[in-house]
Amino acid sequence: MVKNENESANRPDNTAFTQQRLPAWQPMLSAGIVIPGFVLIGLAFIGIGVALFITSRSIQVLELDYTGVEQDSPCFRCSDPDVRDCVCSIQFSINRLFEGPVFFYYGLSNYYQNYRRYGVSRDDIQLYGDLSSFKEPSDQCEPYRYDRNNQPIVPCGSIANSMFNDTFRLFQNVNGQQVVVPLDGKGIAWWTDYNIKFRNPSITPLRNAFNGTVMPLFWPRPVYELDPSDPANNGFINQDFLVWMRRAALPDFRKLYRRITEGNYADGLPAGNYTLEISYNYPVLSFDGRKKVVFSNVSWMGGKNEFLGIAYLVIGSLCVVMSAVMLIVYAKFKFPEED
Amino acid sequence: MGSVVSYIGQLCRQQNKQEVERHLRANDRTFNLSYRYANNAIKTSKYNIFTFLPLNLFEQFRRLANCFFLFLFTLQLIPQISSLAWFTTAALLILVLSITAVKDATDDIKRHKSDNEVNNREVRILVDGEFRTEKWMNVQVGDVIKLENNQFVTADLLLLSSSEPLNVVYVETAELDGETNLKVKQALTVTGGMGDSTEALARFNGEVKCEPPNSRLEIFKGTLMVDSQSYALDNGRVLLRGCTLRNTEWCFGLVIFGGPDTKLMQNSGKTTFKRTSMDHFMNVLVLCIFVFLLSMCSVLAIGHAVWEAKEGSVFTVFLPPEPDVDVPLSSFLCFWSYVILLNTVVPMSLFVSVEAIRLVNSYYIDWDWKMYYPKSDTPAQARTTTLNEDLGQIKYIFSDKTGTLTQNIMTFNKCTIGGKSYGELLDTSGQRIEITENTPRVDFSWNHLADPKFVFHDHNLVAIVKEGNMEAQAFFRLLALCHTVMPEEKRQGELYYQAQSPDEGALVTAARNFGFVFRSRTPETIAVLEMGELVIYELLAVLDFNNVRKRMSVIVRNPDGKLTLYCKGADAIIFERLHTSCNTLMALTTRHLNEYAGDGLRTLVLAYKDLDENYVQEWMQRHHEASTIIEDRDEKLDRLYEEIEKDLLLLGATAVEDKLQDGVPQTIEQLAKADIKIWVLTGDKQETAENIGYSCNMLQEEMKHVFIVAANTAEGVKEELQSARRKMCPAAAEEPNVTRARPGLLWLHKTETVHDDKVDGKYGLVINGHSLAFALEKGLELELLRTACMCQTVICCRVTPIQKAQVVELVKKYKQAVTLAIGDGANDVSMIKAAHIGVGISGQEGMQAVLSSDFSFAQFRYLQRLLLVHGRWSYLRMCKFLQYFFYKNFTFTFVHVWYAFFCGFSAQTVYDQWFVSMYNVAYTVLPVLGMSLFDQDVNDRWSSQYPQLYLPGPLNIYFNKKAMVCCVIHSCYSSLVVFFVPWAAMHDTVGDNGKDIADYQSFALVVQTCLLIVVNIQMCLDTHYWTPVNHSFMWGSLVLYFATTFAMHSNDIFSIFTSVFPFIGTARNTLSQPNVWLTIFLTCLLCGLPVMAFRFTVIQLWPSINDKVRHKVREEPLPGPPSRRLPARRMRSRRSSYAFSHTHGCGDLVTSRRFLRKHPPTSQVTLFKQINSHLAPNQPQLCRVDTVESEQQAR
Repeated sequence: MVKNENESANRPDNTAFTQQRLPAWQPMLSAGIVIPGFVLIGLAFIGIGVALFITSRSIQVLELDYTGVEQDSPCFRCSDPDVRDCVCSIQFSINRLFEGPVFFYYGLSNYYQNYRRYGVSRDDIQLYGDLSSFKEPSDQCEPYRYDRNNQPIVPCGSIANSMFNDTFRLFQNVNGQQVVVPLDGKGIAWWTDYNIKFRNPSITPLRNAFNGTVMPLFWPRPVYELDPSDPANNGFINQDFLVWMRRAALPDFRKLYRRITEGNYADGLPAGNYTLEISYNYPVLSFDGRKKVVFSNVSWMGGKNEFLGIAYLVIGSLCVVMSAVMLIVYAKFKFPEED
Repeated sequence: MGSVVSYIGQLCRQQNKQEVERHLRANDRTFNLSYRYANNAIKTSKYNIFTFLPLNLFEQFRRLANCFFLFLFTLQLIPQISSLAWFTTAALLILVLSITAVKDATDDIKRHKSDNEVNNREVRILVDGEFRTEKWMNVQVGDVIKLENNQFVTADLLLLSSSEPLNVVYVETAELDGETNLKVKQALTVTGGMGDSTEALARFNGEVKCEPPNSRLEIFKGTLMVDSQSYALDNGRVLLRGCTLRNTEWCFGLVIFGGPDTKLMQNSGKTTFKRTSMDHFMNVLVLCIFVFLLSMCSVLAIGHAVWEAKEGSVFTVFLPPEPDVDVPLSSFLCFWSYVILLNTVVPMSLFVSVEAIRLVNSYYIDWDWKMYYPKSDTPAQARTTTLNEDLGQIKYIFSDKTGTLTQNIMTFNKCTIGGKSYGELLDTSGQRIEITENTPRVDFSWNHLADPKFVFHDHNLVAIVKEGNMEAQAFFRLLALCHTVMPEEKRQGELYYQAQSPDEGALVTAARNFGFVFRSRTPETIAVLEMGELVIYELLAVLDFNNVRKRMSVIVRNPDGKLTLYCKGADAIIFERLHTSCNTLMALTTRHLNEYAGDGLRTLVLAYKDLDENYVQEWMQRHHEASTIIEDRDEKLDRLYEEIEKDLLLLGATAVEDKLQDGVPQTIEQLAKADIKIWVLTGDKQETAENIGYSCNMLQEEMKHVFIVAANTAEGVKEELQSARRKMCPAAAEEPNVTRARPGLLWLHKTETVHDDKVDGKYGLVINGHSLAFALEKGLELELLRTACMCQTVICCRVTPIQKAQVVELVKKYKQAVTLAIGDGANDVSMIKAAHIGVGISGQEGMQAVLSSDFSFAQFRYLQRLLLVHGRWSYLRMCKFLQYFFYKNFTFTFVHVWYAFFCGFSAQTVYDQWFVSMYNVAYTVLPVLGMSLFDQDVNDRWSSQYPQLYLPGPLNIYFNKKAMVCCVIHSCYSSLVVFFVPWAAMHDTVGDNGKDIADYQSFALVVQTCLLIVVNIQMCLDTHYWTPVNHSFMWGSLVLYFATTFAMHSNDIFSIFTSVFPFIGTARNTLSQPNVWLTIFLTCLLCGLPVMAFRFTVIQLWPSINDKVRHKVREEPLPGPPSRRLPARRMRSRRSSYAFSHTHGCGDLVTSRRFLRKHPPTSQVTLFKQINSHLAPNQPQLCRVDTVESEQQAR
């Protein structure tokens, strides 16, 4: 009957969605799940914690501060900003084999690479090898955009300008002889930085690309002479430069300087006495900064980090304790059954 | 939104000049145009294609939040300040603006369409001496137009002439005021004479002077000057736009007000804008958050100043200070940088999301199959889509009675004739048998005029009528004669009755079915088909009903010349006037009446008296004399009536059931369990109201006392209220316990709250309109409120629409509670508008209540589902949404604060800029929407089963200041974990390949990943109801995050947009490190586990009602549908009589000739016009007739 159809013309659709009857999983925090869950998570955490703690303990780290604040420090002489081309040496010894591969870091403290104005002061397009940015660097590079003669600075900006320029040489003292420990400067930057993010302009020779530009004010030599010996490590894709340009998140940081992977030292640094020769250029004392070098090896979980292991252990134990508390609460107060 | 446009419009108009008086001349366009009155085109749309963008943007930026974000956006363009890329705020701003703009545009397109439709309707208009068809919008003031039957009235017209006798027209005003009965308008004779003569109409040059355009529908004042003679004009001469012409072949009208000036348009668009209590709280909250934001920024700016002084001033080697920026300036700039960075605490997308959630939750109401009423094909409708969560917080319900609790359908249910009761079914042992759908009905097929809808179950009654029992026949003859019903026989054998009150209709219909068919009436005669034989009675007099008499009589002469007075009325009144011979019968009848009253039926006693011819002649003479004098006419008539209505002979009594709507008692019981107080506000009289109170379980026998306040002086009312209060709670203080507070925006809003006093036992209060008027006055209102709030049930009877609104306002003002008003008629509109939520019962008297309501449905019982299911869920979802929304934004923002201590307060973001802009727009929006659209703690069946689940809503437990503080503390904890765990784990470590991973980009990625997973875990813990949609939103968002992150960190996108995506390779390098994952894992569990443990412990120690029910759901299968109990017969002697309306009866009209038409379509008088509407044709209607005064008075 037509009439009947008309009569229910306004009837809403009877679907699970419109009637809010969609099938659903309705989990509840019931004792049967929560308490065993806490126990299991607790035990797992303790397990992970122990593993992390032991692993972290097995990692060797050697830190040497060479800022030269103290008078008796070998680099005290160099810390005076008026002294130029200063070289100082630090002696240290290793008691047992420093297992390889050993990573050689430099560290800076109280250094605000994460300051907003500092952090934005770079031109990624320029660093990508775009020549148009060579003539007119991004305005974010201020105040290191143009020099006093209005010549564009390449690479521009505060980050590039403040590139760390201490250099290190490591010697092992073997029978009074100083044996050079070979330092590997390749493969210290991220693959993506080296291959994608930073590019030299495709002009040979490289220096021609930089005509009409000036080097950063603090730099002793232009970017295309960072490593003249190796074109694959020169210009914007110089790995030291790449490491520096990846700015740190926190004011105390360390950056990879070299790897010790070659020759006799491929398995690590044998026990013995070593000399670290530092050509001291980078001024940090004006802002109460510290400079250090760090030797470290790594494990499957990365560098030494006791925090994670301890945190896992503590939280795992807390979980177990909490589960006991909850069990007591549950047993004692139990869910009241009446309406 | 449109207010600004209309405001500007008003300003312009005001500047032009305020119209003081309207002056126009018929058929003289040049004269009328000089006044520049608006023509008949209407424009409800706000924008056109060119003005849309600027106007809509202007409208949107009037919102404070939008303005704030525009301000932020401009700040971001200043490089010294900009701590975020411009697109982060812009993305959100554009999204929010465009969503609103699209919504506004679709609304406006709809308005354009309806405007066009209306403006292009066609009408016949008199131009240059002939009628032409023109569009509505081209009609000018002063034009003469022709309307035909069933056409809409084009503009506000002065009626000139019509096809009907006496120049009367009938109009239906449903669109205007919601009343579906017809109204009569009459033209002046001076214009009516023109008839349909085109020449006369073209020659007509009357001048009208009248009031300026206004919105008062019922008042019109003006004068018409024709041939230098002036005639007064009133509302009865004017046809208003929005009416429809009915039962009138044609009429001519003179346009007085056109388009925007018409009363219809003047009345529209003045709906008060309702906001939920959650809205108010949210506004306060946003303001507090804003203050919080500024204080956070100030602290950080101070921190910046300190840092600059200590560290920044020396860290100048590698970061030279900006020129001309000293420490205070730098700190000032830093303040604004942090305002930009931390703006995410002021949730811009909040309002849009809230609107979206409310919209869908409103759709759920529209879609609800269980709130659809198949009989009238009416689905529930959420007419306002912004009030949902208020439905979950209702504390007081104000209900109309007629048409809301009751069906406004009277059924003839039982009767007692000659001391024998009929209508009840007894089994062999004398026990009552319950009457159900399946009980066999009495077959009335022998009577071809019987109303097929009439249902009766007792076969004995038909049997004795057929047998020819004289008493029974006299009984039904009386019912067929003594009434003021108008019959209408559209086709042979299809009778419709138009009754003044539904009771009358029921009684006459009963007589009809039992073989005494009232067929037709003229002013002097009544034709009744008695058991198939047509008998014409001569109607000598109608002794009409009024409120004091409480009875009605007719004096008729049957064809044999025998004179009889038939009388029906309230039991007490009739019993006083009975002949002494009826005493035994009276005792029997009284017993039956008590039984009927116990069943909640409305009773009426019938009696008759044979009259002597001479006496009647003499009495008629005196009656005529009395009715023509002017002084003391009513008193004299009363005395005459009194004289003749005595020594009556008792016939019996009828019992009419005022049918409750289905499920009303159950609904009221459930709502009472949810601690919702229900007040009935009815225009009906006290007995009826009380009676309904009992039958729908609001007043109960076990109540300790039902107070009745019916005093006629202010002192009396005060005394009665006080004594009631003292009786209920002797310990309560005399002075009400009032708390004054200043919550709300800027502490401007003052509130006074009266607290409830503790009462043990249940009490009821019945107060009548007269007392209510006193009680609502300043001095007594608190007393009324206190006393009323102590009672379980409050019934106010004989209240006017204004009083209904006043009662609602009173409770709103002093209880700070959310109120709901439900009603069906035009008299409920004021209270529907006054209450926080107005609910209209659709498909009844008119549409007026529905039109002004926020929600509408067909049956009162759906209120239970609306509140206990939809309302509760909406409230729950909104609270969860807000809580989670604030949680995720606070957590997000606080991380920046912690990072400030490590980055020299330089307003450095912790996260990738893209993450900042996507966080609220893409990554977290869907899961929370999924939760707030689908979440249910327990399903609808359980929600209805346990009304106690509703209790937290009115107390506002789920989301209040305390919950907000908890939320902030929780976010604080989470953000600390999210920041410091990665900090501790990564600050001094390297990856497994020895390369450092403590660089800014890796750190940002780790923190943001932690944050996103943490807030999603919190979402998982908050979601109780995991539909597939929730699953897909949740996991989809995480997948989306990782997918977009890897995409934005990919080589290809970097080579295309080099400067925009500097994070190239970060995801690959960082997320491949095991210690990064261990960190993320640790962070997430450290955030999630305490919440889980805390919640578990709370559930064990202090389980909420929700927890208990949820627990029960696990244990038990679904409860069956609630069983329907029949309320037991009450043992009481409360009696309620016939529901005469308290206005005067229609007796005068049925005997008057005034409305007789020249050519009645059928042989019947059609006083009550039948309307082609969806209403049932025999829908009872009150007689409402516009007074048609004689013209002399007008002059």
